[in-house]
Amino acid sequence: MAEPFTTLTSIAAPLLRDNIDTDAMIPSREMKSTGKTGLAGGLFAGWRYLDAAARTPDPDFVLNQPQFSAATLLLCGRNFGCGSSREHAVWALAEYGIRCIIAQSFAPIFQSNCVRNGIVPVVLPPEVIAQLAGQAVEVDLAAQTVSADGGVWSFEIEGEAKAMLLEGLDAIDLTFKHREAIAAFQTADRAKRPWVYLEQNHA
Amino acid sequence: MTTLFDRIWDAHVVAPLPGGAALVAIDRVLLHERTGAAALNALAEAGRTVADPARVFAMMDHIVDTLPGRTDQTLMPGGQAFITETRAAAQAAGITLFDVGDPDQGIMHVVSPELGIVLPGLTLIAPDSHTCTQGALGALAWGIGSSEAEHAMATGTLRLTRPKTMRVTFTGTLAPGVTAKDMMLALIAAHGAGGGAGHVVEFAGQAVTALDMEARMTLCNMATEFSAFAGLIAPDDVTFDWLKGRRYAPKGAHWDAARAGWRDLRSDADAVFDSEIEIDAASIAPMVSWGTSPQASVAVTGSVPEDATSAMLDYMALTAGAPLVGTPIDAAFIGSCTNARLSDLRRAAALLKGCKVAPGIRAICVPGSSAVRRAAEAEGLDQVFLDAGFEWRMSGCSMCFFAGGESFAEGSRVISSTNRNFESRQGLRVKTHIASPETVAASAIAGAIADARELAGG
Ligand code: SF4
Repeated sequence: MAEPFTTLTSIAAPLLRDNIDTDAMIPSREMKSTGKTGLAGGLFAGWRYLDAAARTPDPDFVLNQPQFSAATLLLCGRNFGCGSSREHAVWALAEYGIRCIIAQSFAPIFQSNCVRNGIVPVVLPPEVIAQLAGQAVEVDLAAQTVSADGGVWSFEIEGEAKAMLLEGLDAIDLTFKHREAIAAFQTADRAKRPWVYLEQNHA
Repeated sequence: MTTLFDRIWDAHVVAPLPGGAALVAIDRVLLHERTGAAALNALAEAGRTVADPARVFAMMDHIVDTLPGRTDQTLMPGGQAFITETRAAAQAAGITLFDVGDPDQGIMHVVSPELGIVLPGLTLIAPDSHTCTQGALGALAWGIGSSEAEHAMATGTLRLTRPKTMRVTFTGTLAPGVTAKDMMLALIAAHGAGGGAGHVVEFAGQAVTALDMEARMTLCNMATEFSAFAGLIAPDDVTFDWLKGRRYAPKGAHWDAARAGWRDLRSDADAVFDSEIEIDAASIAPMVSWGTSPQASVAVTGSVPEDATSAMLDYMALTAGAPLVGTPIDAAFIGSCTNARLSDLRRAAALLKGCKVAPGIRAICVPGSSAVRRAAEAEGLDQVFLDAGFEWRMSGCSMCFFAGGESFAEGSRVISSTNRNFESRQGLRVKTHIASPETVAASAIAGAIADARELAGG
């Protein structure tokens, strides 16, 4: 379960490429544990380090630049989070400390993984994103606004995602409120499509 | 007015949720050893159980070794823990596991259709972006994250916002030597790697219905490379004939009832989609990628575009305007959930028969499932691959992706029947060119990117 998200103020670290895939966020070779932690060191490993094995930072990479060392907000381009559905990408970002990503667009699986792990995915037009780069930015989830020097912009977020992020709620508990509806659905569906409901050890 | 997607969605809505979302019933959940232990253990740690273990299946495919004589030991550092922990978690949860050494082991998106785990009209999810492959059977199948897998296993449902719909119609007929892989690369090259974002994409048209079941899976496999929520093909007699008698497919009276219902799984003639694309199948040539996104693909007879970005050109060590044919390669790979089914291996073998891989080229064939491997061996295809100079492997994802263990040599250039050409996907700084198995086979023989139609004499 993630921490509730209300407002966030951070310097906005620009990583303004399009189609940044989850392999780039957390390369396969960095996914060494079977759990959800121990991934932050591998975040953007291919770009962040001159030598990934020795963890020698590449001074040119945005998150290695001193002014962005405490950034919890990333600015990205189009189709951020495409590629493999590995949730490790979001776990690595969350463990590193990223709480909000402002992008031109997100890959859908990645976007919903963000919500489930307490990271707010915000979609804004490219010209706004360009303007936010390097600025101190405030994100207010309840008001659905992003503000910085030069303006206030509102963003869209699904009601469901917003509620989960604001309250740090667990989706499974939310769904269990519908226990009766689920049972009723399955009873009716089993009569209609009995072959969907497999017997254990069918083989 | 109703689309195929609408029919499947409407049949699965359990309850509406605030903000236009819905609680949607999930019929099948598949796991693999890469994330299976994490999902099952997180569930157990939260004190929850798998609601219906009979409808959850786990496969060993991503990390397991593909060298003959394999065990739980694998070349990925620390990989063995993923295998043993997934096995333990699967046993504890009471779900069906296709373990290392099981005759049904294989890549999840090859095995599930093979065993009839996926069926028309079902909802099926897996923490793997290529789950969309299984939409080829008329199921709504899509990739999710581990947390959503936990949710689906615990509750039998997912909370979803209804995706938009798109129809991609391939009219006319494909030219000889052009395959489903080329259709997808052509679509993505023309409409962008983000072209299908937020949409369930139904593939339709004469060139799609003419495809056999395995080629339909190749087509739907790359729906995720088009950023689609899922890919779908309306089930027809090709689907039903292919599924009949498979282990988890309905039998007897259930089969008849199921098939009668499946015949309604199609889009009405007047169905309205949020978006439509039409492509003339006859205009498609065999394709090959030149860059680090599937959208960076051109006809194999074409050239690297003049407006190619320098980042991609630098990574791929190519120059704008250079022809693709004749680009020397270091390695060739036939495998993956895209193109490692029996028909793929047959078509590659037909080209390789009596030929040798060019000197110095590392060539590897990894069948998509243990069943595909057995079937290929029964036809002698293994010998054709071996005689040509290919390695003949056990089934698994293998060098479709690099997990820190086995990989192609650093910086080498690989022609590959897989679906992703991202940076370092097949090894550090490896330059991947994705193409059909035919193009991979022909290029392996030539030692350079080649047009398979020339080799085939057509
Ligand atoms: S074969 Fe490749 S693309 Fe397919 S599931 Fe395995 S790793 Fe993913």
